[in-house]
Amino acid sequence: MARGRKPFLLVLAAIPALPAYILFMRFVHGLGAVTNLTDDMPWGLWKAFNVFSGVALASGGFTITAAVVIFHLEKFRPVVRPAVLTAFIGYMMVILSLVVDVGRPWNLWRPLFYWNERSVLWEVGLCVIFYTTVLFLEFLPLVWEKLGFRGGIRFWGWLTPVFVIAGVTLSFLHQSSLGSVYLIVPGKLHPLWYSPALPLFFFLSSVALGLAVTSCGAHYSSRAFGKSFEPLITESLGRATAVVMIIYLAARTLDLGMRGNLDKAFRMDTASLFFQAETALLGLLPAALLLFPAFRRDPGRVAGAQATVVLGIVLNRMNVTLTAFQLGTGARYIPHVFEVAVSLIILCAGSALFYLAVKHLPVFGAGESISSPPAHKAPEKVRMGT
Amino acid sequence: MTMGCGLLFDQTLCLGCGACELACQKEHGQPPHKAVKLDADSFTFVGRVEGGYFQRHLCMHCEDPTCASVCPVSALRITKEGAVVYDASICLGCRYCVMACPFLIPKYEWNSPFPRVRKCDLCYEGRVSKGEEPACSSVCPNGATVFGERAELLRIAKGRIQREPEKYIDEVYGEYQAGGTSVMMILGKTTAASGLREGVLLDALPPLTGRMLRKIPVAVPVVGLMLAGFYFLTKRKNDIAKEEEEEKNG
Repeated sequence: MARGRKPFLLVLAAIPALPAYILFMRFVHGLGAVTNLTDDMPWGLWKAFNVFSGVALASGGFTITAAVVIFHLEKFRPVVRPAVLTAFIGYMMVILSLVVDVGRPWNLWRPLFYWNERSVLWEVGLCVIFYTTVLFLEFLPLVWEKLGFRGGIRFWGWLTPVFVIAGVTLSFLHQSSLGSVYLIVPGKLHPLWYSPALPLFFFLSSVALGLAVTSCGAHYSSRAFGKSFEPLITESLGRATAVVMIIYLAARTLDLGMRGNLDKAFRMDTASLFFQAETALLGLLPAALLLFPAFRRDPGRVAGAQATVVLGIVLNRMNVTLTAFQLGTGARYIPHVFEVAVSLIILCAGSALFYLAVKHLPVFGAGESISSPPAHKAPEKVRMGT
Repeated sequence: MTMGCGLLFDQTLCLGCGACELACQKEHGQPPHKAVKLDADSFTFVGRVEGGYFQRHLCMHCEDPTCASVCPVSALRITKEGAVVYDASICLGCRYCVMACPFLIPKYEWNSPFPRVRKCDLCYEGRVSKGEEPACSSVCPNGATVFGERAELLRIAKGRIQREPEKYIDEVYGEYQAGGTSVMMILGKTTAASGLREGVLLDALPPLTGRMLRKIPVAVPVVGLMLAGFYFLTKRKNDIAKEEEEEKNG
């Protein structure tokens, strides 16, 4: 019996060996040993995918908590917990990525004490630190419930609106500031992506992405974990995503038109193809489909369209950080296979954490506090919110 | 110490001897070598330009440095003398400075476990802070690189262009680029032919993000209060709806 298992165990042992090897090379021989980063292309896949896209992918946390706790849209309450959990894990993965990506990670805490209020990245750093803390606080009720700590549940139920207001404000700053990061390189970013309105675009698209991610998450995890949500939720999320996407795309089109760059979108060169893929194929198309009530009645189709929106906005973040920067500077960069590996490993680690949390915590369960599902029997819950 | 000093490089006087490169490497404890580009061990290099000219490349030491403004911990800062200097001990290694510099100057130690951002520091530590001139200008045999007060250097540069307009391009590179730099250059060939970065904005870049950042102290309370307002409004709306429901039922 043992012999039959050996090859399998060897494969299993090899799984941690790859990240261990990459991390060893990274921290002993430097970033150059495992990345294709250069002085011309100092930010690569880890910044583009794990940080810029990662933060955007975590935006379900603030959009859904805002909808339910602040705007009292009770129908979305069942997806609050998965959304908060996704955001919390997402931010932890962003921090993990930064530990690998920055050259001197032992100094990552310094923005707290060495201020440079002229630096967008200083502000971004503080947002990461504070919002991860807030997400941890928003996540704790799941632990209290698991432990049966009634005092904690009650206290947290009472504090929830404060956490959520802080979290939404921090997210508003953080999402838009990631766009502001690129305001200072007007000469280095292709004009299809550079705009003084980058912060607005990043914020609007993060709202759409937050709704889309939550919708996909609800659909696919209900299948994976055997929990079913009312189709009403994904139906409403689909409509909301479509509306926000169309506002976002209209704003970008208007901005390009006003600055005389709209023609560049139709030149059929590399830039315009990446732009079209991001805005038309993976943006306008799914948004337009989601506008139709008939289309939204099929949860599978909604999930497909929402997944397309997710891809489109992730492509936007990658386009800004990688495509537009290379087109604007003439730098050339193709990620090293180890960079791709690390990006995927971190994505898998996040998914594994999500799976573990769902297994052991009442993520989809009926709870008593903030993010508790069924709110239909609600008077008691509303009282807790005050 | 004089305020606002800098360097003036005159392309038409440069012999391409490379003495500045060697002096710079010695001053910074780097192995002596013929630099072929700016890199982690070469803070300056002299490149060949068509027509028998030579062009020095080095940090421009902006008067409102982009690198210093983007650094999340102020590991880069400008001294009162105008030198833009770097402190590795607080640096995170985020490389925003490398990404943002309009002249593509800062270089990174990609193959070190303790990587630093590397660039010309105008010999601040060893020389300029003590009132001495930088190593490169001190060894230049033909006066192609001279050190002095920025205002004085600019006057000299414009004087030379005015006296021999046929010899020079009618522009002091660095007078306005990126809002003005402490290192300035006058050229016999165009910026493109000289291998210098073209199209650098003629205004300081930090205000581009500064405008956004200044809104934050206002945005935070406004957004926070708006959210709190919506919280109470929608809650009240729900409560009223519920009461009506109950009245109807009861």
